Amino acid sequence: MKETDRAPAWFRSLMGTPPLLWLTIFLGIPLLLVVAISFTTRGTYGGVVYQFSLASYAMLLDPLYVGIMVRSLGMATVATLVCLLAGYPLAAYIAAAGPERRRWLLMLVIIPFCINFLIRTYAWMVLLRSEGLINSLLMATGLIESPLAMLYTPGAVLLGLVYIFLPFAVLPIYASLEKLDPHLVEAASDLGARGGQVLRRVVLPMAAPGIAAGALLTFIPSLGMFVVTDLMGGSRTMLVGNLIQNQFMAARNWQLGSAASVLLILMVLVGLGIYRRLFPAEGGMGDV
Amino acid sequence: MYRTRAGTWGLTILAALVYFFLYAPILLMAVYSFNDSRLNITWQGFTWKWYLSLWQNAYVLEAMGNSLVVAVVSTLLSVVLGTTAAYGLYRFRLRTAKLLEGLIFIPLVVPDVVLGVSLLVLFVLAGISLGLHTIIIAHSVFGIAYVAVVVRARLAGLDPNLEQAAMDLGADWWTCFHRIVLPLILPGVVAGGLLAFTVSMDDFVVTFFTAGVGSTTLPLRIYSMLKLGISPEVNALSTILVVVIALLVLIAQLVLRRGANNQSNYVGKEW
Repeated sequence: MKETDRAPAWFRSLMGTPPLLWLTIFLGIPLLLVVAISFTTRGTYGGVVYQFSLASYAMLLDPLYVGIMVRSLGMATVATLVCLLAGYPLAAYIAAAGPERRRWLLMLVIIPFCINFLIRTYAWMVLLRSEGLINSLLMATGLIESPLAMLYTPGAVLLGLVYIFLPFAVLPIYASLEKLDPHLVEAASDLGARGGQVLRRVVLPMAAPGIAAGALLTFIPSLGMFVVTDLMGGSRTMLVGNLIQNQFMAARNWQLGSAASVLLILMVLVGLGIYRRLFPAEGGMGDV
Repeated sequence: MYRTRAGTWGLTILAALVYFFLYAPILLMAVYSFNDSRLNITWQGFTWKWYLSLWQNAYVLEAMGNSLVVAVVSTLLSVVLGTTAAYGLYRFRLRTAKLLEGLIFIPLVVPDVVLGVSLLVLFVLAGISLGLHTIIIAHSVFGIAYVAVVVRARLAGLDPNLEQAAMDLGADWWTCFHRIVLPLILPGVVAGGLLAFTVSMDDFVVTFFTAGVGSTTLPLRIYSMLKLGISPEVNALSTILVVVIALLVLIAQLVLRRGANNQSNYVGKEW
């Protein structure tokens, strides 16, 4: 439409400017402030002294913090893999169902997706604690003598992450499997491909964008998560999200917290970059 | 899709296990909310008392009110700013388009914890005291992103000739926007607004960093209850919320389905 750019200036600025200003002030500037603060010096009482310093980044090289970063990456990666492994069969099952059944099966995934993650974390806290149902049952059957320590362990954190983000993995995988033409599968098996071959050579490549999107939707929030660790991991399992939260809320070391935030953003960008590399066509703004 | 009998059975069993994994903890939590014992272990008999004590818990009710105020105001902001952003990007070659697109994209990918602390830094450095207003601002940031994305998808299905025709018939830009474009993209605007509202009601992390004394929202209240430990009151509150969510999803499902049947030949698609 050629006429469009001849719109009066007042109308164009009415449409473009307010959201731009709002998001610049309350999103762009705050993020830049975090980046800037990560390069400043910490005052004696925890204030910001505007003097260039790389001290916070040097501090992050401390084995303690390197350990936290590695653990966060590891935890997010394992959680993502488990979500994909458990999510794929469910997505495939839903996609294979008839249209009416499919709607209800899908709804059963959307409901937990919509329930607040604090509540879902709590549900597992009830089950896992030492006086919880699992321990009581195990002790009643005589399998164990004293309660197992399940809550406040890294395993509990992993379980919590998987439980919370599983629907995030199922939905995009389902979306890509739903679009898959069943005739392609039929054609492959008519041409002599066995079940495993069909899955590996036909279905999985077609579902790859959905699987990758599911991985991204699980990986990014897992990486920054601090609530599950806080509630289910006790003080022993610290992830980068907890580090950031601590530095801003308790320790008042904004410099270190900011540097950790910058690092977290970089890790997310790397993940996003890999995704964009693999699937240049997907992930446009409208697809997110 | 899977043609062997064994494959079908295997898939069914796996799917059933995953559904069990998703629902068993929640259902068990709901059952215990009716247990006449402080401890969530043995069944002592049926009771409503945790629901009653919840109803008398002024903190929970106040938090509920705060959550609603924040969600309503931030959704209104998000709808106005998100829709104008989407329309501006769709219709004009804005010089700032790249920047605006980037800013809309950021909340969708940056971890919430970073979004939260960055706003905290801004508010503290600017000397703005924390309260409901700061939570509203924080929620509008991701709300705008959600609305803009959904409305943009709707705009993509819009027939440009309709606007052309309106203008040829003498409508000015503003008239054309609010009489032609807006009614056509309304389903997208509503869907985006609902999304922003839901996310705002649900948000914990960003709120955690931007809330002040006396501006506790429901997720913040739940969190502090969890920090204090397991209690049947939390079970009761969680159960109520789970039931509300389940009903809302069910209603949305039925409404969307009727909508899909009624206007299957309508321009564009909603989701």
